[in-house]
Amino acid sequence: MSRILSQTKSAAVNPLKSSQPLGAALAFLGVDGAMPLFHGSQGCTSFALVLLVRHFKEAIPLQTTAMDEVTTILGGADNLEEAILNIKARTKPKLIGVCTTALVETRGEASAGDVADIRLKRSQDLPGTEIVLANTPDFEGAIEEGWAKAVTAMIERLTRPGEQVRQSKKIAILPGWNLTVADIEHLRDMIETFGLAPVILPDLSGSLDGTVPDRWVTTTYGGTNVEDIRELGTAQYCIAIGEHMRCPADVLQKVTGVPYVLFQSLTGLKSTDRFVSLLSAISGEPVPAGVRRRRAQLQDALLDGHFHFGGKKIAIAAEPDQLYQLATFFIGMGCEIAAAVTTTDMSKILEKVPAQSVQVGDLGDLETLGASADLLVTHSHGRQAAERLGIPLMRVGFPVFDRLGSQHKLTILYQGTRDLVFEVANIFQANRQAPTPEALYPLGKRETPDGPRPSPLTRH
Amino acid sequence: MLSLNAKIQDVFNEPACDKNRGKDPKARKQGCSKPLTPGAAAGGCAFDGAKIVLQPITDVAHLVHGPLACEGNSWDNRGSASSGPTLWRTSFTTDLTELDIVMGQGERKLFKAIREIKEAYAPPAIFVYSTCVTALIGDDIETVCKRAAEKFGLAVVPINAPGLAGSKNLGNKLAGEALLEHVIGTVEPDDAGPHDINILGEFNLSGEFWLVKPLLDRLGIRVRACIPGDARYVDVASAHRARATMMVCSTALINLGRKMEERWDIPFFEGSFYGITDTSEALRKIVELLVRKGADRQILDRTETLIAQEEAIGWKKLEAYRPRLQGKRVLLNTGGVKSWSLVHALTEIGIEIAGTSVKKSTLEDKQRIKQILKDDNHMFEQMPARDLYAMLSEQKADIMLSGGRTQFIALKAKTPWLDINQERQHPYAGYDGIVELVRQIDLAIHNPIWHQVREPTPWDWQARVKDEVPGAKSKVATLQAAEEIDGPTVGDFGER
Repeated sequence: MSRILSQTKSAAVNPLKSSQPLGAALAFLGVDGAMPLFHGSQGCTSFALVLLVRHFKEAIPLQTTAMDEVTTILGGADNLEEAILNIKARTKPKLIGVCTTALVETRGEASAGDVADIRLKRSQDLPGTEIVLANTPDFEGAIEEGWAKAVTAMIERLTRPGEQVRQSKKIAILPGWNLTVADIEHLRDMIETFGLAPVILPDLSGSLDGTVPDRWVTTTYGGTNVEDIRELGTAQYCIAIGEHMRCPADVLQKVTGVPYVLFQSLTGLKSTDRFVSLLSAISGEPVPAGVRRRRAQLQDALLDGHFHFGGKKIAIAAEPDQLYQLATFFIGMGCEIAAAVTTTDMSKILEKVPAQSVQVGDLGDLETLGASADLLVTHSHGRQAAERLGIPLMRVGFPVFDRLGSQHKLTILYQGTRDLVFEVANIFQANRQAPTPEALYPLGKRETPDGPRPSPLTRH
Repeated sequence: MLSLNAKIQDVFNEPACDKNRGKDPKARKQGCSKPLTPGAAAGGCAFDGAKIVLQPITDVAHLVHGPLACEGNSWDNRGSASSGPTLWRTSFTTDLTELDIVMGQGERKLFKAIREIKEAYAPPAIFVYSTCVTALIGDDIETVCKRAAEKFGLAVVPINAPGLAGSKNLGNKLAGEALLEHVIGTVEPDDAGPHDINILGEFNLSGEFWLVKPLLDRLGIRVRACIPGDARYVDVASAHRARATMMVCSTALINLGRKMEERWDIPFFEGSFYGITDTSEALRKIVELLVRKGADRQILDRTETLIAQEEAIGWKKLEAYRPRLQGKRVLLNTGGVKSWSLVHALTEIGIEIAGTSVKKSTLEDKQRIKQILKDDNHMFEQMPARDLYAMLSEQKADIMLSGGRTQFIALKAKTPWLDINQERQHPYAGYDGIVELVRQIDLAIHNPIWHQVREPTPWDWQARVKDEVPGAKSKVATLQAAEEIDGPTVGDFGER
């Protein structure tokens, strides 16, 4: 069990976090015909928008209630109403996902009441448009929390409550935000191979998979259907992926009685084995030959790849579930976790992270704690630390703005784990340092260690 | 100048080779390479052997005269390290085409290639390697090299070891002959001293000689030439002024060591830097020979002091691995262990030797193996891949140490494996090197992937479900049946 060290410094240096409303917006972006709306000042929206665009290289639908000085003092309900009506008139979305920001939460805006009023008062203006509210102030949480809150809010608002007739083939999937577009696509394929019909919420693979539609669309084009969210209660089971999806899964169970199974990570041979066994059990179908083949490929990748991992020190900075996903992956390959930095001390998954301690902090902490690591693992903002330390960087999570295709990288199940093994092994091979007389000099440091320790001889 | 055939006969008749000494005159004449069995041969050719031995000379341009495959398929494939020049890793070949061969343009192309390299890279020397095709069509590389050397004013050295001449081992020796004939003794050093030595057959793989050289530096011993690891041409050319020679990989360059003794009176001994006791022994022998050749006797005491200090540190570092490696079984599959102190170091910290091949071992080697193994059955000449796979699958060893050729037998048998041949990535020489080797064994054996890959496929229960619950109608019933049989509930698939 790892020790969780709270943040003690006042100045965050090179932040690791992206804001909570950004996470909520991302979840709404996984719904078909959706328009996320930040309830706050213009800047909140614009920064999030720019970051999302830099990451996805896509036009991102995201609107703002554009709070100004006067509305901040007098209250933002009018702005919210005006924004919703304008969006409805201009883009006719099926869903408007309202994400509150620190500004309106700080002034104590009763957003839930405001939204309820608007729905009631303007029902004739808003046919066919659902309004969902997620309370996501920037001053707490990060993407993970925002994402989970938005999904919870959608289930609470949209899913028809009460026990319903279950469809034996239907499975509800609640993926964590750290699954890429490729992961979602792969997950769907895997589930369908067993003859099951997955409903995935949110489904970024429909909306942010980087396609070229044949017309200009101002909302999201693709993702989970609002109708399907309403019908989640008819699923046989729900599978949630990532500890942060426990809350939405719990809510779904309370509202509809659909039982859920939670996977904290789908990366690695063992968790995939469990996942595949579950699908086989639910469907009553044998595991298809193709899946067995992927498993054997992963076994071989582990064998071929492990030479590059053994004894390597890895420094990871990521949000809790992704930190767990990656740390268990690296530990499983024979690495040590030299530094684990995350965004919050609230997640239950943190104590399971296989590191001596988990520091709640920022990329400044990563740079300090990971100074002697062999690999830094974090998002693109880690590049400067990597450069200063002369340590290679593996880009994961959000934002990745200086490399293309991060949404199409597979990180889960047999195939994704295999890809991760290769990606990391290739980084190590690309950064192998040629031996030098100075580095190998045997008469230099003469301390005798008490136990096995990393050798200064090899760093490739 | 001897013909290639005469030269081959000459290197086969190697009086310093103990295996050769044990043969009768008739067997000796047949040479040391067994005739290859078509369809069941493995290992490199004479060209490969010559190139391996010479290529690590770092500032030389190595030019391969032949069609593409000889160089194109083999270049930059070895892990020697250089402390300076990088030219040795640039690949040069005449890349002969069909037209070149038919029209007999090989020699002219070679001459031009030498000119181009001279103009573009200005190396101190160019080594020109013959290959099967150029040997077959009769290109006279010795004459071309001679002519080019005169014309361009630099050393152009013919290496006459075409692949068809024989085995890799033969190529090693022919390379040594080429150095004797064309390189060593061509430069007179102006700084020869009483503590100069040569190291022959040290390849500086992964820079491992740099774990040893500082020890020699500390004793005031100068390495005149380390051939070939991290060597410069001028070092090799002036190697005849050293006072003593250590032969590291004795089968490769034994003829060179013996002939240098004959020609320049440089005494040599066979030693090894692998393992603690061998490293100490090598240091002792070096200073002994130097003292015999006139060096101050004081160096003997200084050497003993250094050895005592380094051994103590080395053993202490190794001891730290005992709790993790005690009782682990190592299978050595290396064609023949030369380095007994390596085995000694492993057994010293409680590692057991599960078996070893004795393909290239001498009688004396086999006696020593018997002492260590206690059981002759664990000695094998050469194990067929299928048997090796079966043995490893049954987990009769915890790790196999071998060369890359048998790597995948171990991996497919889900057994840890460590490369201890030339492609390896880690330095194993000297006092620190053996600690590194043990550390790598520790890392390999204890890597958590072994549990994962050995895990049986988890859905074997399916057959049982189908058999035992024939009445299960709905999928849910099947699922519940699975739960009842295996015990877990659906929730157990996930995490609480």
